[in-house]
Amino acid sequence: MINKSIALKVSNLHVEFDTYGGVIKAVRGVSFSIKKGLTTAIVGESGCGKSVTVQSIMGLIPKPPGKITRGEVYFEKQDILKNKKINGKDIRGSKIGMIFQDPMTSLNPTMKIGDQVAETIQTHLGLSYSNAFKKAIDLLDLVQIPDAKQRASQYPFELSGGMLQRSMIAMAVACRPSILIADEPTTALDVTIQSQILSMLSDMQKENDMAIILITHDLGVVAEIADEVLVMYGGEIVEKGDVNEIYNNSSHPYTLGLKEAMPTNIKGEKKTLKPIEGSPPDLFRPPIGCSYFDRCPVAMNVCEKNRPETYEISKDHHTNCWAHHKYATNSFK
Amino acid sequence: MTVLIETKKLTKHFSIGRNNTVHAVDEVSLRIHQKETMGLVGESGSGKSTFGKALLGLHRKTSGEAFYKKKLLPNNYKSSDFQKYATSMQMIFQDPYSSLNPRMTAGEIVAEGLYLHTKLNKNTINQKVSEWFSLVGLEKSYMSRYPHEFSGGQRQRIGIARALIMEPEFVVCDEPISALDVSVQAQIINLLEKLKTSLNLTLLFIAHDLSMVRYVSDRMAVMYLGKIVEIGNANDIFFSPKHPYTQLLISSNPEPEVSLNKKSKLTINGEIPSAINIKPGCRFADRCPKVMKDCRENTPKLKPLKTTNDKHSVACYLY
Repeated sequence: MINKSIALKVSNLHVEFDTYGGVIKAVRGVSFSIKKGLTTAIVGESGCGKSVTVQSIMGLIPKPPGKITRGEVYFEKQDILKNKKINGKDIRGSKIGMIFQDPMTSLNPTMKIGDQVAETIQTHLGLSYSNAFKKAIDLLDLVQIPDAKQRASQYPFELSGGMLQRSMIAMAVACRPSILIADEPTTALDVTIQSQILSMLSDMQKENDMAIILITHDLGVVAEIADEVLVMYGGEIVEKGDVNEIYNNSSHPYTLGLKEAMPTNIKGEKKTLKPIEGSPPDLFRPPIGCSYFDRCPVAMNVCEKNRPETYEISKDHHTNCWAHHKYATNSFK
Repeated sequence: MTVLIETKKLTKHFSIGRNNTVHAVDEVSLRIHQKETMGLVGESGSGKSTFGKALLGLHRKTSGEAFYKKKLLPNNYKSSDFQKYATSMQMIFQDPYSSLNPRMTAGEIVAEGLYLHTKLNKNTINQKVSEWFSLVGLEKSYMSRYPHEFSGGQRQRIGIARALIMEPEFVVCDEPISALDVSVQAQIINLLEKLKTSLNLTLLFIAHDLSMVRYVSDRMAVMYLGKIVEIGNANDIFFSPKHPYTQLLISSNPEPEVSLNKKSKLTINGEIPSAINIKPGCRFADRCPKVMKDCRENTPKLKPLKTTNDKHSVACYLY
């Protein structure tokens, strides 16, 4: 494993939402750290709490109904859940940048692209409007938008989805953040554009030693650009580790299930897809034991009532599954 | 193999005023054999959904012909035509959220086609609907629920039941899984495969997930800006693509495998150009890494490759 210094540390994060139906425990005790210059991918199905986790880091959870009930997020030796300002300046948009999933709805439709990028620069770097606008054009050029100068004075509806996502990346990296959070940045895009954007992001990362948190549900994308992977299920991290370990030595039945549900492209071979039957747990009443118990093909009695402990598979590879206990009767391999 | 569906130079243009025309589908000729799954891939804006809809009469064809079992399909469908073909051809839509009427119960949605297009009585219809609910893996008691009470995967199952209860021979699946989670995608694909075998269906499977299309399809066609640029057996197209566009498209497909020596990838620059007022010549010429002089002057036609027993066709001057 590559030794890199830690850029951000999340410990024991709990997030709840108050709704008419009751309290949803969306994130339940998530701890991880991300390292400088590396890409950490968070994978899991809809509703597993991956977006809520990064939104809590950014302070984007609407309160109410949302509530961070426990936990700390350390960035530059400060708990940013309590205080978003370092040296009197908001770290959001300057030291931590964020790219959202849907480029069509995340930009302001009534503002020119260049103005939206310039706004970030004005706010955080204190440049004048005209200087900020010039810098915005440079940034749009940097993210490979053709005719950046002309595009800067156009509105979002005049640009394609790929170009809008590039503009959003320009906004996110305008202040050279040390962490870039990308929430499903390429889900809405074609594979060709996706591959362009992913390679651009990793070029930027090499240049600035930027840490990237990438949320995705596409294991193909993870295999391509992630260094470390967190697998989330039912509001918890069930497995985390180096990308090679996660793929080639999957140690949680859920990770294995995800892999078996996808087609592989090995010549001359047609495997049958094995779907994960059932549905994710009801987070109004989260399970007392393992959250994957209901769908797990190798569940044991202990799994129903007892939360699994964390087991070390190898250095930098941990999983929360009872099957790794030394007295476990079932093993899933 | 008998040909079930055939199109000859099927064209769909949309006029958008000021003498501008969107060339969504341009002279597409395609044969789909009985009991075969034909995959159709391409980027957004390549015209794959429009082709599927024009084929079923959901869009009026600008020119060209479509045949079902060698019978010419009408150019402009009247309601009596829909009445006639509803039991032969059906469609499964992309978005399981907007394609179900929120004011009808799941049972009513699935039953509607039978009420409109068959003369079955109410009891038989109810019985059939409940049979179909269990066939697609939904509880019978869900018949009285409304669409908002279902998850995305369950809604897609309702969409499948609605289409297949008519017992069609040919089904257009327009990106049936792109809105779903990976674990649910596999459930829906396995369900479609199972029903396909038991009902002897012929499918046109439109999607942009190349791995999934290779997985489900027997043959595969690649569309670019309204034209088919390559067609052949799914495995041949995937593992030995011939057209420069297909090569780039397949190289961009993220593989869910980690290998220590990451293969070098071909990347394609730029985006799919607009389909408004297209220039003559090969439509891929501006982005093509192997562009020649000829490509900008003449449009290459889809030609079978001699080396593949005419099973693999490509529209490119390189061959």
